[in-house]
Amino acid sequence: MTHTESHITDYRVYGWVLLALLVLTTITITVTWIDLSALTVLVALIIASVKSFIVLRYFMHLKFESRLFTVFFVMVLGIYLLVIVLTFFDYLLR
Amino acid sequence: MEMNRDDEGAKLGMWIFIFTEILLFGGLFLVYAVMRNRYSDEFHQAAHQLNAFIGTVNTVVLLLSSATVAMSITAVRKGEKRKGVLFILITLLCAGVFLINKYFEWGHKLSIGLYPGSEMMVGLKHGYILFFSLYFFMTGLHVLHLIAGSIILTIIMVRIQIGSINAGNNVLLENGGLYWHLVDLIWIFLFPLLYLIT
Repeated sequence: MTHTESHITDYRVYGWVLLALLVLTTITITVTWIDLSALTVLVALIIASVKSFIVLRYFMHLKFESRLFTVFFVMVLGIYLLVIVLTFFDYLLR
Repeated sequence: MEMNRDDEGAKLGMWIFIFTEILLFGGLFLVYAVMRNRYSDEFHQAAHQLNAFIGTVNTVVLLLSSATVAMSITAVRKGEKRKGVLFILITLLCAGVFLINKYFEWGHKLSIGLYPGSEMMVGLKHGYILFFSLYFFMTGLHVLHLIAGSIILTIIMVRIQIGSINAGNNVLLENGGLYWHLVDLIWIFLFPLLYLIT
């Protein structure tokens, strides 16, 4: 493990991140007033994913941690997505 | 005696725990996805029963609390103990607001007889029963995590105050922070999927 010195993030960075997350929340709520019918869930999921990405990268420090953490996270996400796809194959083609 | 501390290892352990939590909630989201696909109309109508305003307030409160936990790590690393404690205190206050909102939200549902196993709920259409069961189970499990996180953060706050978490040794604060962000992360998906899809 080469990573010994901890990274100190500036307060301002967290301020901007919080602002970005609040703006995205506003967008999520505003979008529901528009009727997108079938796309509603998709849009909600995309915005939630963007928010999660920001939380993981800045608040949970994945940007500054060893790459190993990110690799593990992507693997877990991959397994989960695979389970979703397999479940829906089973469910829809039954 | 010199103890060999391994912060990297401690954080890796925390992340592995977080992965199990993600898969736990992931399973519930999967159930939600399949049932929503099957009863989409009834899910739509049932979601109208939820109070989107309370949901929104709780979203904002959780995002704010996540930011203050992250800021507390910055403060402790800079050696600004007082600020570090203050930021955790703000986080705990946010958690309190969340719990009070949840109390009124659930309290209202219980008062009109809407809870799992109630006579009113058993009489509803199948899609409604599934939606409300998932709603109570998922937000209930989430709020349990929030309470657990608050207890952990309270311990951390005390330890910052007495100095056993400091600029040189703060991995416990970091891991507690990770747990708190997980609580926020889950809510980021719960909020639009339960409250906004109407």
